[in-house]
Amino acid sequence: MKCRVCRGPAVIDVRRHNAAFCRDHFLAHCTEQVRRTISEHKMIGPGERVLVAVSGGKDSLALWDLLQRLEYDVDGLYLGLGIGDYSDESGRYAREFARSRNLKLHEIDLAADFGYTIPEAAAATRRPPCGACGLSKRHLFDQVAMERGYDVVVTGHNLDDEAAVLLGNVLRWETEYLARQHPVLPARSGFPRKAKPLVRLAERETAAYCVLVGIDYIVEECPMAEGNRHLGYKAVLNELERQSPGTKAAFLHGFVDRASPRFASAASEHSLQTCASCGAPTSGEICAFCRLQSRVRAQ
Amino acid sequence: MKVLLRNPRREVEMKGPVTVSVLLERLDVNPESVLVICGDELVTRDARLSDDATVELRPVISGGAT
Repeated sequence: MKCRVCRGPAVIDVRRHNAAFCRDHFLAHCTEQVRRTISEHKMIGPGERVLVAVSGGKDSLALWDLLQRLEYDVDGLYLGLGIGDYSDESGRYAREFARSRNLKLHEIDLAADFGYTIPEAAAATRRPPCGACGLSKRHLFDQVAMERGYDVVVTGHNLDDEAAVLLGNVLRWETEYLARQHPVLPARSGFPRKAKPLVRLAERETAAYCVLVGIDYIVEECPMAEGNRHLGYKAVLNELERQSPGTKAAFLHGFVDRASPRFASAASEHSLQTCASCGAPTSGEICAFCRLQSRVRAQ
Repeated sequence: MKVLLRNPRREVEMKGPVTVSVLLERLDVNPESVLVICGDELVTRDARLSDDATVELRPVISGGAT
């Protein structure tokens, strides 16, 4: 295969674009996709401070690198989840990335700072671990951004992640979740703006980006995610993509462009008050994060 | 050729020469779900892999909290 741009030898093909690229033109392609996404959805304004949620995986490290390339003012936040060797290793990749580029990485350790790990939270709640993990991440990313003056939190959710979430929401007609599924969520009282600049890149492309740039990342899957519903949705979508390239992008971007506004009325407008325990905005007296901590302590 | 697979990590021997597309078909691996790395280089699906090649099929699918 030849590069679509320079006709030199290609190193990766992207079937949904009916294109292949050499290294340099693939990196330029990824950078342009992210630049365009940020601009189209007004994700980051001039001079704004950006906090990237870093896991040590391919998506968040590729995102941090791409935002640097686009000359944004970006710091990282790594959350130690206490998932044994997996967390130890992913933390090493995040720290090494930041150290080698002289970037600022904030760190929070759930066990040391809040007294629980994700496996302990899953056991205490008797729910899948991804629930406690997502809740902890959302709460702490918001908190750090608000306390330290960041304008926007960006995450490495890619095309595959978002298409899989959309499929799950559609299969169950979760209209309230559909109303909130968008590449950017505006800031509101007590919450920073949240954005997903990688929604135009498939995860095969973010992995290729890391390999081609020379970014070391944790390749192994989180042991707690094994067999979860989200991975099943991804497998189904990839089978459709194999048969008809472009299906995932058409599904997700078609939703964002044409269907999303139809669900806006399903978004509930809870009146928010201050959590009596930690001060975060919440619709109840105590926020979900503090309730989770109490349940783990009670075990 | 030697093919390194992950999740779980294992190595299988396959007969070459063969194209990347055919290798993935024989192993029943969806091309959307992996990168194919031969030596240290990413290769496209039409690349021909020799019988003495060492190839990594690196999974790209991650899941979990959203």
